[in-house]
Amino acid sequence: MIRVVHYINQFFANVGGEEMAHIPAEVREGMLGPGLALQQAFKDEAEIVATIVCGDSYFNENMDEAKKTIIEMVKKYEPDLFIAGPAFNAGRYGVACGAIAKAVKDELNIPVLTGMFEENPGAEMFKNDIYIVATKNSAAGMRDAVKKMAPLALKLAKGEKIGASIEEGYLPNGKRVNFFEKEIGAKRAVDMLLAKLNNKEFQTEFPMPDFDRVAPNPAIKDITKAKIALVTSGGIVPKGNPDHIESSSASKYGKYDIDGVMDLTEETYQTAHGGYDPVYANLDPDRVLPVDILREFEKEGKIGSLHRYYYATVGNGTAVKNAKAFAEKFSKELVADGVDAVILTST
Amino acid sequence: MCTIVPISLTVGANRIVPTIAIPHPLGNPSLTLEEEKNIRRELLTRALKALETEVSEQTVFEK
Repeated sequence: MIRVVHYINQFFANVGGEEMAHIPAEVREGMLGPGLALQQAFKDEAEIVATIVCGDSYFNENMDEAKKTIIEMVKKYEPDLFIAGPAFNAGRYGVACGAIAKAVKDELNIPVLTGMFEENPGAEMFKNDIYIVATKNSAAGMRDAVKKMAPLALKLAKGEKIGASIEEGYLPNGKRVNFFEKEIGAKRAVDMLLAKLNNKEFQTEFPMPDFDRVAPNPAIKDITKAKIALVTSGGIVPKGNPDHIESSSASKYGKYDIDGVMDLTEETYQTAHGGYDPVYANLDPDRVLPVDILREFEKEGKIGSLHRYYYATVGNGTAVKNAKAFAEKFSKELVADGVDAVILTST
Repeated sequence: MCTIVPISLTVGANRIVPTIAIPHPLGNPSLTLEEEKNIRRELLTRALKALETEVSEQTVFEK
């Protein structure tokens, strides 16, 4: 029989609502609250031997201490599996479930599982560390949550192979799992298109990354005094591409000194970019990285100065994650160098 | 400064200046060198204007 310890908050233990959120962790023998439904779904394969109840505020305000105490409590029952929640869209509860499940996994080396709504802050924090079953956003989704959590929990406890997120119902954790689709790609694509045309629901197989939004920076007060830097995803590099920036799916960027360079020419610069016809950019790289005109503007006093270095990468098929990491790094240098504004050019 | 404005809008750029074409955003090889430079001057002047303009949301500087 698989031994399970279950973690829930004060609300689901029926201790009380917000007014009881301060209670420290305590152990109850056997199952409690949502544990009843889980136990029912486990049938005779697993038994919830203990339930740990902890106030959400207590856990989040005393996280290190709470984790230590709870791990000691869990250890005593020598469980084969640890389940937390489900937390649905309750923020502090979600963070508590994720944090304690990860701690138990790391410290006691047993499989763990929790469940929550995908927008719960705990999901973003822990989905790559532990299995988190995707639930609805309120406790009305308990039945649905248990239906997905119980079988996955048993699989984890038995050490069985875990399928892809879409098969098992957990939140995608960035790991790829191979599996055979029942239908061929062409049929799936046409089915998807027909569903879309008929305004029916469909599930994309290639979700777009989440592009974040940033608040616009304030305007430059006096552009004639501003130090302006050039950054490009158009792949303009010194002739010969000294940093070997890849023509697609770039894994790096280059930083190049243009001190004294008045004009980019065919002899001195080129593009490293694949995916577009490079002839025009190679003949006159100013068509992508307009150093010539900015030098003119600098001389005429239309801008304060052109920054001594420009940064370049290739935007062709480059992962958003990579691009973001590049910018996080060189933005710090631009700020440290006193650059007031950046002109980004892309092809 | 980009040619495919919808992409810049999707990825979240806040000040956008539309350009000429993918392989030569700031130039046009069918024109003379001097005419091309004029285009580049005009586009960059617009970029400077964009940097000097307060915006509260994503803005495309068409003119």
